[in-house]
Amino acid sequence: MAGNVQMSANLAGSVLPSPVLTASGCAAAGKELDRFFDITQIGAIVTKSIMENPRSGRPTPRMAETPSGMLNSIGLQGPGIEEFIANDLTWLRERGARVVVSIAGGTVEEFANVANRLRHEEGISALEVNISCPNVANRGQVFACDPRAASSVIHAVRRKTSALMPIFAKLTPDVTNIVDIAQACVSAGADGLSMINTTLGMAIDTTTMRPILGGITGGLSGPAIRPIAVRCVWQVRAALPQVPILGMGGINTGLDALQFLLAGANAVSVGTAAFHDPSAPWRIHRELEQALAQRGFASVAEVINYAHREVQPA
Amino acid sequence: MRAVRGDGLPIKRGPIQVRGEVLSVRRAGEYFVLAFAAPGVAQRVTPGHFVALAVGGEPTAMMLRRCFSVHGVDRNGTSGGTVEIVVDAHGPGTQWLVERQRGDALDVVAPLGRPFSLPTDPVPAVLVGGGYGSAPLFMLADQLRERGSRVDMIMGAATESRLFGVVDGRRRATTLTVTTDDGSTGVKGRVTDVLDKILDEHGGQVIYGCGPMGMLAGIAGVAKARGIASQCAVEEAMACGIGVCMTCVLPVIGKDGITRMVRSCTEGPVFFGDQVRWSDVGTVPADCLGAPVPSAQGGH
Repeated sequence: MAGNVQMSANLAGSVLPSPVLTASGCAAAGKELDRFFDITQIGAIVTKSIMENPRSGRPTPRMAETPSGMLNSIGLQGPGIEEFIANDLTWLRERGARVVVSIAGGTVEEFANVANRLRHEEGISALEVNISCPNVANRGQVFACDPRAASSVIHAVRRKTSALMPIFAKLTPDVTNIVDIAQACVSAGADGLSMINTTLGMAIDTTTMRPILGGITGGLSGPAIRPIAVRCVWQVRAALPQVPILGMGGINTGLDALQFLLAGANAVSVGTAAFHDPSAPWRIHRELEQALAQRGFASVAEVINYAHREVQPA
Repeated sequence: MRAVRGDGLPIKRGPIQVRGEVLSVRRAGEYFVLAFAAPGVAQRVTPGHFVALAVGGEPTAMMLRRCFSVHGVDRNGTSGGTVEIVVDAHGPGTQWLVERQRGDALDVVAPLGRPFSLPTDPVPAVLVGGGYGSAPLFMLADQLRERGSRVDMIMGAATESRLFGVVDGRRRATTLTVTTDDGSTGVKGRVTDVLDKILDEHGGQVIYGCGPMGMLAGIAGVAKARGIASQCAVEEAMACGIGVCMTCVLPVIGKDGITRMVRSCTEGPVFFGDQVRWSDVGTVPADCLGAPVPSAQGGH
């Protein structure tokens, strides 16, 4: 059945051959997954959030398995922007993969510096701004939880980035009204929205009777959070019909990906599923293609938002 | 000591993901030995490699693979080679594995990790296993002996029932010394209580270890004091096993003298004992590259 569906996706002007991308933090910088499937066939590799300087991350234990998901507390371990460009970005470019670079910072200035450093780098399809980071200047309050802080980061990144480079703001679901944050980011210059980041959780070891994670709390991901993610995409799509959305949160099958497209996502990212199945992104692409064909869709574009359609009373 | 990787045989490199098939699950004391056919895997395995298995069937609520060091391979076995692992059924994922029946499917990613290095010269080696950490040492013993090394083994555990492969160890090594914390069998005490004596008696020039962190730290300490090499296979909790999740890190000193938090799945599980900052495992040392400064914490 599959094979006749136009699978290309458009992320705020960046045309990708597939609507399936990896999710930041779940694919490193692509090299490891390339051993299991051809990373040039999927939409793009979304790299692990990169900061200005090398960062060791948090002490172990950094993860705990939970029902249909996992908690992680990595602490944004990474090599810093210079090493990232010299090694990871260079490798991805030579490999011929499309790249969405996820950037992070502890201050508005750090976000701006990282964006500025990437300004003249070629081979980047979009920037994803991980605003689900604690704001050092505001006692660790997460940028994405405050419309003004979120807006400051996006504004600063926009100023340091070419107008042609799509900027996606990555939103946390841990807010009272995600539409308010989405609106603030778009007003500040975001071309699109990535949603959702992990949701904050915690698990306690009943033998040691202490928190399992070295970082005490951690980000919950995996199929456990999928309904939250689909709800967020639906709400933001309804409120902001024209803004491109990269949807993610517990996508493990082609039908999961289809839910996100139906809810209004223009493309999707596959995260925790890659831990379970290293070939998941390409498998999900093929399953989605088949699911679209079975439902009579000729393209990804046709199915986006389809669940929002008016249904005539019988 | 110069070292070379692998067993000298031409091997295909890199991990693959294959549909394996369970051949048998048999009890071995408190543990289980799971044998499965996995096309293409056995030919790629050298001692110290590990496998990552999906658990729970499809769909599963257990998203993380379970990782096991390879206990044995038969390259000429059923359907393109068979692999054996040792399972300690201590949770729902490992319990699911040991309940598999002959013919059941397994989603296998293997071989993974950096395996043991073999010495270029046939120097005497002492192999130390803690609990079922002895699992990968039998293959290693065979390869060392094939290359002319004398092999002496030490196995330790809290109590007799937590040892694995004592009978096998007696067959494969020139001598086997057993220790238990409670004295239920062998020498009462820890493996490190007998390690110096074994090294002295048999002229051991290299120590190979697999087991809990505390034991590996002890082995590395003995090796360092004697000025000989040690290679330790660590058992860190992993979410993916393939190098993308960054959960299985520990502080390791690089060739440049700088400490980094490195992944035990890709840069290990086998480390030279003098590379790992054993007393800092579970922490991020303040002099580690990119260690947190008080004003820049947080983020997941």
